[in-house]
Amino acid sequence: MWLMYLKVFLVGGFICMLGQILIIKTNITSARILVLFVVIGALLEAFGLYEPIVTFAGAGATVPITGFGRSLAKGAIQAVKEKGILGIFTGGLTATAGGIAAAVIFAYIFALIFSSKTKKF
Amino acid sequence: MDVKERNKKYNEYVDAKVPKTKNFPTLIYAYLVGGVICMIGQGIQDILLALFPSLTLEDAGAWMLIILIFFASLLTGLGWYDRIGVFAGAGSIVPITGFSNSIASPAIEFKKEGIIFGLCVKMFSIAGPVIVNGVAISVLVGIVYLFL
Amino acid sequence: MKVGNQTIVFKNKPKIIGSYSVAGEKEGYGNFKEYFDYVLKDDKFGEKTFEKAERKIIEHTIFKAIDSANLTVADIDLLVSGDLLNQIISSSFTARHFDSTFIGLYGACSTMAESLAIGACMVDAKHFINVACATGSHFSTVERQYRYPLELGNQRPPVSQWTVTGAGCSILSLKGKSNIRISSATFGKVTDYGIKDANNMGAAMAPAAMRTIITHFEDTKSKPEDFDLILTGDLGKLGSEIFLDLMEHHGYKLGNNYNDCGQMIYNNNQKTFQGGSGAGCSAVVLNSYIFKKLQEGTFKKVLFAATGALLSPISSQQGESIPGICHAIVLERSDD
Repeated sequence: MWLMYLKVFLVGGFICMLGQILIIKTNITSARILVLFVVIGALLEAFGLYEPIVTFAGAGATVPITGFGRSLAKGAIQAVKEKGILGIFTGGLTATAGGIAAAVIFAYIFALIFSSKTKKF
Repeated sequence: MDVKERNKKYNEYVDAKVPKTKNFPTLIYAYLVGGVICMIGQGIQDILLALFPSLTLEDAGAWMLIILIFFASLLTGLGWYDRIGVFAGAGSIVPITGFSNSIASPAIEFKKEGIIFGLCVKMFSIAGPVIVNGVAISVLVGIVYLFL
Repeated sequence: MKVGNQTIVFKNKPKIIGSYSVAGEKEGYGNFKEYFDYVLKDDKFGEKTFEKAERKIIEHTIFKAIDSANLTVADIDLLVSGDLLNQIISSSFTARHFDSTFIGLYGACSTMAESLAIGACMVDAKHFINVACATGSHFSTVERQYRYPLELGNQRPPVSQWTVTGAGCSILSLKGKSNIRISSATFGKVTDYGIKDANNMGAAMAPAAMRTIITHFEDTKSKPEDFDLILTGDLGKLGSEIFLDLMEHHGYKLGNNYNDCGQMIYNNNQKTFQGGSGAGCSAVVLNSYIFKKLQEGTFKKVLFAATGALLSPISSQQGESIPGICHAIVLERSDD
């Protein structure tokens, strides 16, 4: 059990550190990092390379945004299996609908409640 | 000396002059914060599985992400997430919470320009490309898989 | 009278008969806290949006500057002002409250020097009697226009500068009591050395500063040693180093009499990386610290050269390089 948490920490932290290396080396913006990591996650999943990482590290692989890419690719593959051509279009978003809808609706609610504050540092 | 050559020389000079220090600690902070966020995710998932034995691993994972997204939006609204971000860099950008922050922060910022054209339009000004490219890659993967 | 290519020497030497500076909370913790006339306790200044706050800060500064010159609003016959927001809304919306003619400027962070140079020309030629020259900026309005939402959890790159919240206003006239005069002004040329990194504005503006200041020396046949202080606007720490290297490359070695507003305004613990920037940066430093030191007699002659990076969010997204501009004025202390 605790070994699992260690694995989660090591793998999840490592993926984040790769992002930080990119920031330092290239001054890349956060939007580009997110795009890049989603695409990498989806490609790894498509080649069957991401699933072993999820089995090994659990949330350490699903919480980083690469896990979002993995869901997109996994959803597309599954939907194509079940529905054929239609699955190409429905698969990706169906698998990630929960995350996107949650992000949108919570952002909507909290944006109505809160206002932005000046940065102090 | 012509302008092109002058500019090239000046850019090379500036690149050499730009300070390249104190990068190493930020890697550790990113690792720590990113790792801890993933551990919290794993914790939520394990608790959910223990409380609701009928839940599949996949559904528990989906719930876990939704809960993380909720708290990231809340922290963004309270004005705390950007402070974590200053410290952690990619450690709080790469996890799904960073995706949530990138949707909530422009929504909050542009509320003053109106609900529709401010909040709703600007909501995707940072996360939009993620969804667009994510959908594109999933369609591509689907097409390739269809012909395999 | 125009001397050389770009410099105007003022026969009547317009006086600075009033000035006022308002600085934000963060700036209030910096190096000049005791010099600012007013430090904000709340960055929104009691307003609903940051844009309205910026407007109110500039407005408040102009009113108080007019007060400090012992004039009334009706005495001001020209307002010269600019800011960093699209369509310079802060300045033109502020001008609604003044019954004076208005010239709106966009010189990015060089606006304080630009407005003083234009104002001095007007006063020296006796076209206008009392001229108010103002500018200001607000961290939060600039951040959302040029960069990212405030609540986005990202890291600022190490070459970046912190936009100053604050505003400054100086009142120019030939009448009235003051021992600070503007003796000459050098208008700058747009200079682009091909820097594309919108975070590294110091490097983009340093060549413009070098060009204007060297032109000033040549036009007026002066030397760096003639000045107690040569002050650039907001090149920041890195930009200042680059500027000094450029000057040395052209045969001018600046010594201890050189400094930069962006470099001076914050202390080292404030995590601003390269220092301050924004139109308000040079405006608050000039209208507080510099004028007080001139009045006290610590400085007798100051070359004030504010620099501006003339980029827009669209131009940098389209991959364009950043043109810079620098305008310079000479401030002299004269006992009369």
